[in-house]
Amino acid sequence: MVKNIRSLIILIVAIAILPLIFKSDSFHNVLVLLLIFATLGEAWNIITGFAGQTSFGHAAFFGIGAYASSVLFYRFNISPWIGMFVGAIFAAGVAAIISYPCFRLKDSYFAIATLAVAEIIKQLFVSWDFVEGATGISLPIVDDSLWHMQFNSSKLPYLYLALGLFAIVIFICNFIENSKIGFYLKAIRESHEVAESIGINTTNYKTYAMVISAALSAFAGTLYAQYILYIDPFMLFTLDMSIKIVLLTVLGGIGNIYGPIIGAAILIPLSETTRIVLGGTGSGIDLMIFGVLVILVACFQPKGIIGLVQKIVNNIKKQKVGEGKVETNS
Amino acid sequence: MKPILNIDNITMKFGSLVANENVSFTIHDNEIVSLIGPNGAGKTTLFNCITGFYKPFSGKVTYMDKDITGWTSYDVCKLGITRTFQIVKTLKEMTVEENIMTGAFLHTKKRIESQKIAEEVMELTDLTRKKNIKGGSLTIVDKKRVEIARALATRPKILMLDECMAGLNQTEIKDVMNLCLKLKDSGLSLLIVEHIMEAIMPISDNIVVLNAGKKIAEGPPEEIVDNDEVIKAYLGDKYHAKSKKH
Repeated sequence: MVKNIRSLIILIVAIAILPLIFKSDSFHNVLVLLLIFATLGEAWNIITGFAGQTSFGHAAFFGIGAYASSVLFYRFNISPWIGMFVGAIFAAGVAAIISYPCFRLKDSYFAIATLAVAEIIKQLFVSWDFVEGATGISLPIVDDSLWHMQFNSSKLPYLYLALGLFAIVIFICNFIENSKIGFYLKAIRESHEVAESIGINTTNYKTYAMVISAALSAFAGTLYAQYILYIDPFMLFTLDMSIKIVLLTVLGGIGNIYGPIIGAAILIPLSETTRIVLGGTGSGIDLMIFGVLVILVACFQPKGIIGLVQKIVNNIKKQKVGEGKVETNS
Repeated sequence: MKPILNIDNITMKFGSLVANENVSFTIHDNEIVSLIGPNGAGKTTLFNCITGFYKPFSGKVTYMDKDITGWTSYDVCKLGITRTFQIVKTLKEMTVEENIMTGAFLHTKKRIESQKIAEEVMELTDLTRKKNIKGGSLTIVDKKRVEIARALATRPKILMLDECMAGLNQTEIKDVMNLCLKLKDSGLSLLIVEHIMEAIMPISDNIVVLNAGKKIAEGPPEEIVDNDEVIKAYLGDKYHAKSKKH
């Protein structure tokens, strides 16, 4: 566990130094989006990677987070910092309401329910005048200030906010993985019956996982809204968004805390580059390339890129041990 | 010896199929009770009824004067009755130690404490050397050991073993038998479903025989081996040597 924390700190420090070396704005932009998506991936990993319950609706929680802070700021001039927590509470509430009944059922019903709920929430926001419906909300521009979470002269503050959130989330994930709840979630993933036979209330634990996951996704949503400064239902609540979260985690390594950051580090630069190079005509090309990668991973290394790396490391270790043995024999 | 688990007239039906019919028996403190019977006699169904995996059609299960009929399986386990599965269900992606720790977390929140419990249990079940191997890459014997160890880690009062010796060789069976006796000495009660008579007869205090869902005999091992009904159930009427003599 201590070793884990050390490597996590190294990872975060490394990401913190990167933008000071590469100073272009577009690089900073990619890094901010990358961190936000990595955060989403980490959050999704808790419910799907650890607990094994596939959610195809995480865009809903992301969107709720974005909307909660934006609406509060737009209508009542309340700081996004407060909105962030309001969003998290709303997202957690919605997660609890949909997951508790679904988790009493087995297998894929939960996945279908999340899919449906995300779509319902999207339609609600499209026709809800208070949140400006389909037009979306353009956040009023104010002077740079941490309190209002707006920085128009530089992307660096956003970057460090995103990194801070990512750091918090990754440490939460690490803590969960190494504590009672993590063991229980993994047991549920491996075998529902075993979990029940050793005294785990599976419905409750799955709901806890879902609530934590939804709240963390909402945090990322607020940050995203403050970064883009414009939100509408079609960019937040789409299936595209949910699937992106799923795909990048699967590619990086599902159930592993390094998985989402690796996946995001491939998907986000890919989509930003294709967007810059090809413009509107090339929209979707990034997902096509990414789709091929995910198919390859699914066929050859279901544990994702991190699984591949672990395999290679293990092989090298084994070879070293093998060589050592030969030496002692001779 | 005071009774701790009382099974009273349990009936379980799947549609029109009656899997258990009015089965009753009692498990006392510090006792090994074995449940035997031909394939399809309803042993595992009865297991599932006691541990809350099925809700019995009628009848009552009482644990220390508490009616636990139809309780959820995790509540039954928290109370002190833990089972293993006939088809071993090792948590594949977790190491042996983690498998057992998952069980040990029932009575503690702290990782260190659960690790300590896991160590004790691994010592008892002879798994210490294998603690870092993933559940999926174990041999069948070790998977069964992990299965028992994980159940033990929940600190049960009654341990229910579902065919934990099937598929093992002679020495391995001996090991499991010794383990059962060791557990009994430490104050546990055991309910064992088993087909291997050589293993079951020497260690059981009481044997319950099921056939086609009904209890056909109950008693200490010496009586059961001589029981006409039991021999008939296992060999069939035709080959029942004793009935031919009459």
